[in-house]
Amino acid sequence: MTEIKVGLATCGISAGGELVFDELEKEIKKHDLQIELKKTGCLGMCYEEVLVEVVQNGSSWLYAQVTPDKAKKIIENHILENHPVDAWILADNGSFRDNSFFDKQKRIVLRNCGVIDPGSIDEYISQGGYKAIQKVLKDYSPDDVIDVITKSGLRGRGGAGFPTGLKWEIANRSKGSKKYIICNADEGDPGAFMDRSVLEGDPHSVLEGMMISGYTIGANEAYIYIRAEYPMAVRTLITALTNCEEKGYLGENIFGSDFSFNIKIKEGAGAFVCGEETALIASIEGKRGSPRIRPPFPARKGLWDYPTNINNVETFANVPWIILNGYEKYASLGTEKSKGTKVFALAGKVVHTGLVEVPMGVTINEIVFNIGGGIKNNKEFKAVQMGGPSGGCIPASMGDLIIDYDEITKTGAIMGSGGMIVLDETTCMVDVAKFFLNFTQNESCGKCTFCRIGTKRMLEILERITAGEGKENDIEQLEDLANKIKISSLCGLGQTAPNPVLTTIKYFREEYEAHIKEKRCPAHSCVALIDYKIDTDKCTGCMLCLKKCPVDAISGKPKEPHTIHSETCIKCGICYDVCKFDAVIIN
Amino acid sequence: MGKCLWQAKPFTFIFSQMSLEKVSVSEFERKNFKLELLSKSDQKGILIPLLQSAQDYYGYIPESAIEYISEIVDIPPAEIYGVVTFYSQFRLKPLGKYVVRICEGTACHVNGAKNILRVLRNDLGIAVGETSDDGLFTLQSVACLGCCSLAPVIMVNDKTYGNLSPNKIQSIIKDIKTAL
Repeated sequence: MTEIKVGLATCGISAGGELVFDELEKEIKKHDLQIELKKTGCLGMCYEEVLVEVVQNGSSWLYAQVTPDKAKKIIENHILENHPVDAWILADNGSFRDNSFFDKQKRIVLRNCGVIDPGSIDEYISQGGYKAIQKVLKDYSPDDVIDVITKSGLRGRGGAGFPTGLKWEIANRSKGSKKYIICNADEGDPGAFMDRSVLEGDPHSVLEGMMISGYTIGANEAYIYIRAEYPMAVRTLITALTNCEEKGYLGENIFGSDFSFNIKIKEGAGAFVCGEETALIASIEGKRGSPRIRPPFPARKGLWDYPTNINNVETFANVPWIILNGYEKYASLGTEKSKGTKVFALAGKVVHTGLVEVPMGVTINEIVFNIGGGIKNNKEFKAVQMGGPSGGCIPASMGDLIIDYDEITKTGAIMGSGGMIVLDETTCMVDVAKFFLNFTQNESCGKCTFCRIGTKRMLEILERITAGEGKENDIEQLEDLANKIKISSLCGLGQTAPNPVLTTIKYFREEYEAHIKEKRCPAHSCVALIDYKIDTDKCTGCMLCLKKCPVDAISGKPKEPHTIHSETCIKCGICYDVCKFDAVIIN
Repeated sequence: MGKCLWQAKPFTFIFSQMSLEKVSVSEFERKNFKLELLSKSDQKGILIPLLQSAQDYYGYIPESAIEYISEIVDIPPAEIYGVVTFYSQFRLKPLGKYVVRICEGTACHVNGAKNILRVLRNDLGIAVGETSDDGLFTLQSVACLGCCSLAPVIMVNDKTYGNLSPNKIQSIIKDIKTAL
């Protein structure tokens, strides 16, 4: 029996996966082939999408960057004539020809992503799925589970890194006539897509983790709070929940035990602050998502005032693996205080963009250069941004820093949920700081004065600086405001909002100074501080830039030097990129 | 009914049976939709799913729907309005036929999303948050679409386009306009 699997998570679809799927379906019908065409999730190699795997007689071939035309060829050459198309093959029988992407990875959370069909509960079961919950229900008391999770060293993967075992223990000890489990799938950090990929690629591992958590703390009801921007993940979850109900894995007395468990989906409505646990709870309750003072923590007083355990998607997905493989195995990975693995969404100016899962303790350089394949277009590595709007920029000079909650916190950044954006020499650090502050300023719920108004004032200063109107003591004023916002905000949003500004000042102060004192953007990125001109000596009048300009801001005749009209120019840099004679100059 | 409540937009059916002009809660919906039919835990926190269902049905949340929901859940319209305006998903105005969402996530930002936005504004003749006069296009910006590896990215209705350049975006818009 031949199987063909197409990677159809959001990344695969955006790369044209559905067209490839349709083409394969058409070809299979046309030649009347006995082939099972399947959909699978994201393998993590987003840069190689669309990925198509052919499985035949126990062997497999993974094709990369498949287009509908290539799909047709694969059917014709590989399937019909039994000649695999060598040039497009990425891996044979699961071993990658260039293994640099997977070499340093250890896949626990992503164990099934891109391997199984997320729409099929049977495929999850065939990989050992729902064995962990059965083992727990049969052999473990709630205290046993707490013990295993505590000894595994698992810490909350949503960003703050609170020990999961301890969180479960507090919720277990809290008294309440009812308790709740909430899965936080409100992945709001721009630049983070780990949770989306897990939900789209392996939803059942999250559901199983939630069941185990529910049994441990004594909760029978659960919610998955998922952001509305992930329509596909919502659909995958609905299918997964339906399948669980049909099999009796959710509902009354699951797996023949006296434990009952139900899970509901709550779709978020677009508010970053709802990733904060008390705001999330308010949102489930149908209110505006404003955070409240903690304590009491949700583990004591959460949803509708009942004890509630909230964990992130990735945290839950780790749990079944830990139960089945033992805490020793999990704790053997990582550093002294950060155990196991962490999934990162690697993006930005790096060659291999995608999803990577590494054991704690690897260095930033290993992620960027070994796994990530280095910087695009041979540019110079400048920094990584970690932790999204709550995190900060770690400069290239600190590339030997290891991935560990405490080590990263020392730099002023945070581990965060796992967004890792690689920046190169063309990225302006002041602009990056402005970008994040613009985001947090928009997303501030408005409850705390410093977060509401302070971030606005900071943003105004940064806007001035990038517009070339910076003043002498702007940096000091930014630092002053930043520290005040940090200490006088109620929730994590405000407490961490200044981090991107503070870390860029700490490591890239000279860039701020160049903007303020010399009215110069060293990265040639701030549009107010640059100007595109044509060097009339070098311009051959080839018309290429003129044709490519999206706003028709370039005029000229063939074989005569062209002119850029600065009033219509949007400074997109296309002319600079396309010119073969280096005739476009940036002032 | 209780069993299917975890479905994403469970209440669309209420709005599909209600005409916009005639909004006051009449005998009709008391018959068709009774809160008492829902279990206690399903009644709690029902406001946002109701609003999502309304938006799903109308494409936006008309004022009349707020009044209608207010009567169902017994929450004052002002409070509902507060919830509607808090969340960026909810709209009080109708959208264009094509909703162009430009991703302003970090990866898109450092990969030139601003240039894409400038071209879009130029080609569509509207700013972010606006709908074109012919009702065809609405331009929105979103914090992150979660396809960072394909940055810069836009979404037109439910379709995602990745690895964009200013030239590529022009041809996408052109294709949509010619397909009209």
